[in-house]
Amino acid sequence: MNIISGYLRQAGTAIRFLLLATIVLGLLYPLAVFGAGQLAAPFQANGSIVKDSSGQAAASALIVQAAADDAGTQDPQWFHVRPSAVGWDPATSLASNLGPNEAKLLETVTTNRATVAASEGVSPEEVPADAVTSSGSGLDPHISKDYANLQVPRVAQAHGLETRDVQELVDKQTSSGLEAFLSQPSVNVTLLNLDVASLAAHRN
Amino acid sequence: MVFSTASFITQIAVLVLVLALLHKPLGLYMARVFSSTKHAKAERAIYRLAGVDSGTEQSWSVYLRSVLLFSLISILVIFALQRLQAVLPGSNSLPGVDPWVAMNTAISFVTNTNWQTYVPEATVGMFVQMCLLAVQNFLSAAVGIVVVVALIRGIARTTTDRLGNFWVDLARASFRILLPIATVAAIALVIGGVVQNFWSTEVANTATGASQLIPGGPVASQEAIKVLGTNGGGYFNANSAHPFENPSVFTSLFQVFLILLIPSALPYMYGRMVGDQRQGYTVAGVMGALWLTSTVLMAWAVSSAQGTATAAAGGLGEGFEQRLGPAASSIFAASTTLTSTGAVNVAHDSLPPLAGGVAMLNMMLGEVAPGGTGSGLYGMLVLAIIAVFIAGLMVGRTPEFLGKKIGPREMKIAALYILVTPTLVLVLAGISSLLPEVMANAPASGPHQFSELLYAFTSGANNNGSAFGGITSSGPYLSTMLGLAMLLGRFLPIALVLALAGSLARQRKIPASSGTVPTHGPLFGSLLLGVTVILTALSYFPALALGPLAEGLIK
Repeated sequence: MNIISGYLRQAGTAIRFLLLATIVLGLLYPLAVFGAGQLAAPFQANGSIVKDSSGQAAASALIVQAAADDAGTQDPQWFHVRPSAVGWDPATSLASNLGPNEAKLLETVTTNRATVAASEGVSPEEVPADAVTSSGSGLDPHISKDYANLQVPRVAQAHGLETRDVQELVDKQTSSGLEAFLSQPSVNVTLLNLDVASLAAHRN
Repeated sequence: MVFSTASFITQIAVLVLVLALLHKPLGLYMARVFSSTKHAKAERAIYRLAGVDSGTEQSWSVYLRSVLLFSLISILVIFALQRLQAVLPGSNSLPGVDPWVAMNTAISFVTNTNWQTYVPEATVGMFVQMCLLAVQNFLSAAVGIVVVVALIRGIARTTTDRLGNFWVDLARASFRILLPIATVAAIALVIGGVVQNFWSTEVANTATGASQLIPGGPVASQEAIKVLGTNGGGYFNANSAHPFENPSVFTSLFQVFLILLIPSALPYMYGRMVGDQRQGYTVAGVMGALWLTSTVLMAWAVSSAQGTATAAAGGLGEGFEQRLGPAASSIFAASTTLTSTGAVNVAHDSLPPLAGGVAMLNMMLGEVAPGGTGSGLYGMLVLAIIAVFIAGLMVGRTPEFLGKKIGPREMKIAALYILVTPTLVLVLAGISSLLPEVMANAPASGPHQFSELLYAFTSGANNNGSAFGGITSSGPYLSTMLGLAMLLGRFLPIALVLALAGSLARQRKIPASSGTVPTHGPLFGSLLLGVTVILTALSYFPALALGPLAEGLIK
């Protein structure tokens, strides 16, 4: 009887402790971080939303945005992004989770390589690895500098722009300095396509 | 993508430097937190409301009962509220969670595992994430810390059966250690780009015609404690690969730092609390040596870029984030599996075979380098007791550990401790691999299929939570078996550690003699290192040979 009442008392303590901890850690803490975030860094806290030249919320600077049709074919007018296991839809996030020796991955990668080589008009050997593989989240907006350079002539031609001008936009959106050293030189395609649109609108 | 050695070395150097600077002040602070007799006003209010008798210390069995009851009730509450999600506020219009998934998730978060058998975006709304799962990220980490504190008290105290008060220790670990650090870290993460709001945002690019619904949520607050408490359960399915959880290589390095922060300061706290700093530094030295070796091994395995599909792609890329790069992902993959974290910033399933093998080996070491918050240190201290026993056999003396006799009872406990996880992993993975309908959940071919299953049970029983994501574990069989692995892999070792603490606390301290094996210094450190690698890793060698080694070596 003593043992049972000891258990019951401790169970009561456990329930009450959990409730109190939830108020502090599950409500006050996230709300405090929310408040601090809205004060200190509202742009980042709200998803790094960037506007286009007309002032319309156009994209998140951190999330991939592909110009693609329902079949997943990317529009040749714009810079292309890496393949994505979620079809570039941020409603969810996923990797292919295929092993490095998986036949299915081998097949996908080989098909992707041929597609990219054809759309850029280069030989398959020139296609970089990031162009044919999907990222761990399926939402990374970045591609390698090599892949971006490969696409410059196509995008410039589609918009009637000088190759040099488009190359300049690519260089502007390429990571540099310490960030590039610690990771690798990468180009943010979401921001790059916004820049291309704005330059094209300005010139025409 | 090319593995950058210069970046790898720089990031390692930064981590080592910052952790070396912080381990002492944080270790000292934690020692003070658990030695203080004063209660803060807010804490006193909590004790009064919860009915905690903060002046009374508990024996090991009552301490254990408190741990178990608190965890059991947490599991039941989280299970029930997930089932009721549809009628609760903040559900984001999601239905109640499937019972098998809800059961597995409740166990997973209470055991500090954070194995995620669900896709968060499609399964759990803001309420479940913020008020249930993220709260357990604090509390399960705090439980790990207080258990090692009880063990250290058992080592330090003499002729008593009192180990402290679980509720007081739990409150202090949560509110004085985890909460302040998490708050600062979460704000830093927001500045670094991590989202912290309560709404989604519609965007439409008029030029390209693309329109999207950009998700939001209390991500930064969960992210900070996810890594600080070595939990690992992501707000989003892709975890720290998701740009909103981990926007840049800087936040990635910061997250690795947070993962290692408390585990690397606990040895200093230990040295302080037993009154001999050399003890703490010896343990820290062994943890550091294992961490560095394994991280370099991981880097080597990743940079090999092995695999037929990898070769066809022209190198690393599948599962890697372009913005983070392979060096940052190797460091993350090593640290997340050497602790009980399990967060990932790269798809482990797509790593080169031997890199996946290193990730498994790290968990199989028992996550002691430096391990989860608290669990890493108590694992290492049990191994130290085994090392001192082996040394005692060599010199023919009764083994002693910090003046306490290591007798048959202590050795039985230590031996049982190191048998628990290998038994769980090998038996459960072994049985499961014989069931074709279970193996159908792992769609990979060849040895990689077994690797996916072995990884799942290794991760579950060691309370890690990372996964070879190709496996589908939401069905009744795997939900239950992995739930069992997580439960037993968490609470059997905790029960044994607390029993050990009770048994050590009862003893008188015997003065060191010429026959005493010193438990500090390079000689004992090497012995401890050897015992750790041989005892833990070798148990798993045959299983590793069937999975990652078969895939990585035969080509």
